Amino acid sequence: MAISREDVLHVAALAQLELSEEEIARLTVELNDILAAVGKVSELDLSDVPPTSHPLAVVNVFRPDEPRPSLSLDDVFANAPERDADYFRVPPTGAAEESSA
Amino acid sequence: MTIDTLRLTAEEAKGLLERGDVSGAELRAAYREAIDARNEELHCFLTLVDSDDNEGVPIALKDVISTKGVRTTAGSKILENYVPVFDSTVAERCKAAGLQLLGKTNTDEFAMGSSTENSAYGPSKNPWDPTRVPGGSGGGSAAAVSAGLAPWALGSDTGGSIKQPSALCGNVGLRPTYGTVSRYGIVAFASSLDQVGPVTKNVRDNALLYGIISGRDDSDSTTVDVPPVELPDGEDLKGLRVGVPKELNEAEGIEPGVAAAVRRAIDLCASLGADVGECELPRSVEYGMACYYLIAPAEASSNLSRYDGVRYGLRVPADNYYELVARTRDAGFGDEPKRRIMLGTYALSAGYYEAYYGQAQKVRTVIAREFDAAFERFDVLISPTSPMVAFKLGEKSENPLAMYLADVLTIPPNMAGLPGLSVPCGLSEGLPVGLQLIGPQFSENTLFRAGHALELAIGFDTVPERLR
Repeated sequence: MAISREDVLHVAALAQLELSEEEIARLTVELNDILAAVGKVSELDLSDVPPTSHPLAVVNVFRPDEPRPSLSLDDVFANAPERDADYFRVPPTGAAEESSA
Repeated sequence: MTIDTLRLTAEEAKGLLERGDVSGAELRAAYREAIDARNEELHCFLTLVDSDDNEGVPIALKDVISTKGVRTTAGSKILENYVPVFDSTVAERCKAAGLQLLGKTNTDEFAMGSSTENSAYGPSKNPWDPTRVPGGSGGGSAAAVSAGLAPWALGSDTGGSIKQPSALCGNVGLRPTYGTVSRYGIVAFASSLDQVGPVTKNVRDNALLYGIISGRDDSDSTTVDVPPVELPDGEDLKGLRVGVPKELNEAEGIEPGVAAAVRRAIDLCASLGADVGECELPRSVEYGMACYYLIAPAEASSNLSRYDGVRYGLRVPADNYYELVARTRDAGFGDEPKRRIMLGTYALSAGYYEAYYGQAQKVRTVIAREFDAAFERFDVLISPTSPMVAFKLGEKSENPLAMYLADVLTIPPNMAGLPGLSVPCGLSEGLPVGLQLIGPQFSENTLFRAGHALELAIGFDTVPERLR
C-alpha cells in the first residue's frame, strides 16, 4: 500500500484533525483506493504543458483604494464561541507542543 | 385564485403579481402550503423563513449561500448555529430584484457529494420516487423546484452540483461560466471551480434568474463583465452547429435508457435545423475525474482550514489551543469533508505536490485545449448530464469512488470553466433524464436558445408523475 498508517497520522496532523482509531483505519484504506484512481494523471507526459490554476485569463484585478465601512465589532463577534472584550478567547497554546507534535 | 405551485413558472408568477391577480403574501402562502404538505417527506429545506419584507416572486437558496440573519449551515454540524451578519452578493441581488426568501435548501456537507446523503441533517428525497436520491450536492434546491415547493432556486456547482440534481429531478439547471456570478458570501469549497447558478422549471425562467444574479462584483475579483442576457423565444435551431463528443456520449456506465433519450434529443436538433456532427475529447473524459479529485480536494483542504472553533462555528472545548482546533474539526466535519481534506492535504504536501496537484493542473490545460478545438467546429456540445437516472438511497453511500462517478460527464467542462445547461429530455424507467448543453465561455445566450427550442420540441412534463 502506498499510504501507511503513519502517513495518515502525519497528514491528519498537518490538517489539524484529531481522528479516531476507526477513522484512521478506514481512511488508510480509502485514501489508497482513491490515490490509485487519481494517480492516473501521471500516465500522461505533460512536461511541455503549462499548468492551469484558474479558468479565466484575468490578472491583477485592482480597485480604487477608498475607505469604506466594515463590520461593527458586535457583528464580528456575533458568532464567536467565546468573546473577551474585543478579543476571541482561546485556551493557552503552551504545553501543546508535545500533544500536537 | 387557486395557485398550482407544481405548474406555475416564475415568469408566470411575476406576471400574476404585475397584473395584481395575486399578492406577494398570497403567493408566499401557496408555497408554504405546498411545503407543509410535502417537505416532511422530501426534506428539501433545512431552514424555513417565516416572513420577508419583499413581495416579489419567492425563491429558495441552497444553504451554502450566506443570508443575513438567516442560519447558513452548508449542510455541516460545524456551522449548525451559524447566522451570517452579511448577505452574499447573490442573496443581495435577489433581494434587490424584489424576490422573497422561502428558506434554505439541503445540500451535501460543504457541497461535497452527488446525492445529499452527505448532509449532516439527513438526505433529501427525489419527488419522482422518494426511495431515490435527488442528486447532489444541490438536491434540496432541485427537489424543491420539482415538487412545487419553490418556483425557482439557486444552487452552486463545483463538479456538477447544479446540473446533476437538475437532471435527476427533471428540471433545468445552469452552471454558468466561471467568473460570471459572484462568490462573495458563498461557503467556499474549491475556489477555481465553484459557481452559483439557477435551478428552474424551464429555460426562460433560468435566463431570467441568471440575469438577476450575474455580473461583475467589486467584492469578488474573479468576476467579469457579462454580455446582456437574452430571453430565448425561438423555436428552431437553424444555423446552430451542434457537436456530439464521442467520449461524453459513450462513457462506460451510461445507462441504455439515458443514452436513448439523449440520442432522440440529438436527432431532434437536426430536425430543428441544426448542423449536427461528431467530435472527440480524447483525454478530457478519461482523465477528467482524476484531475478533479486532485484539484478540488486540494483547494477544499485549504478553504476548510478556516473552521477552527475560534471565530465562529462549533467549538469543542479543550485545555490548550491545538487540541481545541483538532477536536473541533474532528467533531464538526462529517466523513466526506474529512476524506477530501485528507486527500487534498496529502496531494499538496512536500514531496507529492508536483506529482499530484502540479500534474493535475497540467491535465486541466489539456482538457481546456480539447474543448477549444471542439468549439472551432461547433457552437454547442451535447451529452447526457448524468450517466444514470436517480439511484436508490444508500446504493452508493458506502463507496466513495462509485459516488464520484455520478459526475463523470459534468466534470470535464467544469475544469475548463465552461457553462453547462441541463435540460430534461425524457424518462428512463419512469425517471427523468437530463441532457447537458456545453458552450464556450460566456455563451449562456446560445445555451438558452438551444435549450429553449429543444424543451419546446421535447415537451417534457416537469411535474413528477406521482404528484400530478
